[in-house]
Amino acid sequence: MDLALLEALNAERAARRATVLVTELGSGRQRLVRPSDVEGDPLAAPLAEAFRTGKSALVEEGNERVFLTAQVPSPRLVITGAVHISQALAPMAALADFSVTIIDPRTAFATAERFPGVDIRAEWPEVALPALRLDPHTALVALTHDPKIDDPALAAALAAGCFYVGALGSRKTHANRLERLAGRGHAPDQLARIHAPIGLDIGSVSPAEIAVAILGEVIADLRRKPLRRERAA
Amino acid sequence: MFAREEEVLAAAARWRREGQGVALATVVQTWGSAPRPVGSHLVVDAEGRFLGSVSGGCVEGAVVAEATEVIADGQARLLEFGVADETAWQVGLSCGGRISVYVEKVD
Repeated sequence: MDLALLEALNAERAARRATVLVTELGSGRQRLVRPSDVEGDPLAAPLAEAFRTGKSALVEEGNERVFLTAQVPSPRLVITGAVHISQALAPMAALADFSVTIIDPRTAFATAERFPGVDIRAEWPEVALPALRLDPHTALVALTHDPKIDDPALAAALAAGCFYVGALGSRKTHANRLERLAGRGHAPDQLARIHAPIGLDIGSVSPAEIAVAILGEVIADLRRKPLRRERAA
Repeated sequence: MFAREEEVLAAAARWRREGQGVALATVVQTWGSAPRPVGSHLVVDAEGRFLGSVSGGCVEGAVVAEATEVIADGQARLLEFGVADETAWQVGLSCGGRISVYVEKVD
């Protein structure tokens, strides 16, 4: 592969833009395809499929075997709350291939010392979220217990079609939350998308165990519900 | 070091820019039970340093050896591994599946 082509592929990924690398296995010829180039391409159907599913695939085209390396934006995890659970969740999610961002306007919590190497924004969600551009490849997890911080983030995540939306809190806390969000004009079927109580029911007790439960639930939605993401995209 | 899938391609470009000979291995086809999905990458340099995986560790040794030859002669190759290929290869997949791996030089 040409180094310039590899670097172009890497640049597209860094910019969170979907790309397919086409490799003719016989000749070794390669090219990059962007979603806007699919129409009119001889491989239009398999290319469209690769963009839709995010899955790489081998295609037989006459006598030529062509490999499509699908590269869709990597899953992202946005967390409100630079709290104890987040300190465990952020490194776990990073290991599992998520790009992680934490938002918390409370500067005592949102420090680089508490979150080494993590993208951490000491800002209100209303300030931080527009720049992050939530999308269907993003999971939003609200962990502050503070409606002033969590509610706007949850609202933004529902509006953006995030593939997972979860909020920490008891059933009673969540019932109050649903009432507030309904008051902001969110429809019941939208609100039903919020996972609460958050995380898989594995009897978690410690912050790290709760982080495992949350990450497990996020991954389940990522891998089992591709259709929702496609509809929202 | 553990590498995320995207770090493998980033490393391929970085190593090449640093002047290393580099080959990229990609799983292009799987049959039956295969340890890594189609599209998985392994990057190898001329000294045999590697990052990523194309199987659960079953055939990486053979791919790395083949990759150093790809770096030397510049010719891409399509390798097949599986229990059915025991006579052709000394290594195989204990899971019983088969995989096809494309190895190309980064230049």
